[in-house]
Amino acid sequence: MNIKNLTNGILKENPTFVQLLGMCPTLAVTTSAVNGIGMGLATTAVLVLSNLAISLLRNFIPSKVRIPAFIVVIASFVTMVGMAMEAYTPDLYKALGLFIPLIVVNCIILARAEAFASKNGLLDSVFDGLGMGLGFTMSLTILGSVRELFGNGSIFNVSIFGAGYKPALIMILPPGAFLALGLLLALYNYFQIRRAN
Amino acid sequence: MENASLFVIMVSAILVNNFVLSRFLGICPFLGVSKQVETAFGMGMAVTFVMTLSGILTYLVHYKLLVPNGLEFLQTAAFILVIASLVQFVEIVLQKMSPTLYQALGVFLPLITTNCAVLGLALLNIQYEFGLLQTIVHSFFAAIGFSLAIVLFAGIREKLEISDVPLPFKGFPIALITASLMSIAFLGFTGLV
Repeated sequence: MNIKNLTNGILKENPTFVQLLGMCPTLAVTTSAVNGIGMGLATTAVLVLSNLAISLLRNFIPSKVRIPAFIVVIASFVTMVGMAMEAYTPDLYKALGLFIPLIVVNCIILARAEAFASKNGLLDSVFDGLGMGLGFTMSLTILGSVRELFGNGSIFNVSIFGAGYKPALIMILPPGAFLALGLLLALYNYFQIRRAN
Repeated sequence: MENASLFVIMVSAILVNNFVLSRFLGICPFLGVSKQVETAFGMGMAVTFVMTLSGILTYLVHYKLLVPNGLEFLQTAAFILVIASLVQFVEIVLQKMSPTLYQALGVFLPLITTNCAVLGLALLNIQYEFGLLQTIVHSFFAAIGFSLAIVLFAGIREKLEISDVPLPFKGFPIALITASLMSIAFLGFTGLV
């Protein structure tokens, strides 16, 4: 049961490629694989913590004010995660910038709180948050790697194409984000269609 | 000097640092509510309305409430609460005062709370250390930039609906590639300011 909750978010209901949630950070911070994985893990931490807290509080929050209540819970965890990142990984904190406080309005987190944590037990909710978070991290890392590979000739700062490669700068600039995600989604669809036939 | 800098803020907010196409704020409504020009326009107007008001309100909350009390670390939580209540409030007031406007904007209002452009704008205003007048100008024209992008995008998507797109590209992939081309066009404004 728990394992299914975990794998659900990674593949079958992948937040980025299947549900198309949380597009703003997905497009904005994936200029490199490191940034992608950093943003993914920060979001995962908030997801797990907020799912845990909301699952514990689910019988105390009146359903009429649940959305503001969820937002306050999420905002407190985002503030905590932001402070921790500022202290321990200042470079990453600077690179992600505005998008750390903006984790609050990431639809994935509110969606999981509303659709899962407010209806399920503690352990299931934690696993659900972890699965969704890892799925998100995976997509961001893939997107970041693709953009870094073509835009800089490297993945995780390790040179792949060698010094002779002329980087396609456009992939690191904003248009590259839309282009890379569009092509990756088309690739994903292509394999889904082939599997269906 | 004062006026010149306001003009620079305006041009920068609409074209150079367009919220959608170069800052990646408000992508969800940009992709979600852009199938028709009319709805896109409605969304743009609703966002402009809320963004201008919330820009002013969060400015006041930050400098009159949080800073004097040394509570800057509560910024994120305070801003999102201000925005959520503002959206509710605007909805109730519009319903009573101007039913026509409410009819036009109604559907889009609740969606705006989770629009990261609104919170992003509030945080950016503080980050850039704008004064009140600059905050108002920046908020309003950033929202105009958002509306411009979403209306243009909706116009292209209406045409896409009737064109023959390869199967794996149907829907979101081709929309994203279209957005990429628009973003390249907006990249041309870099260096204007």
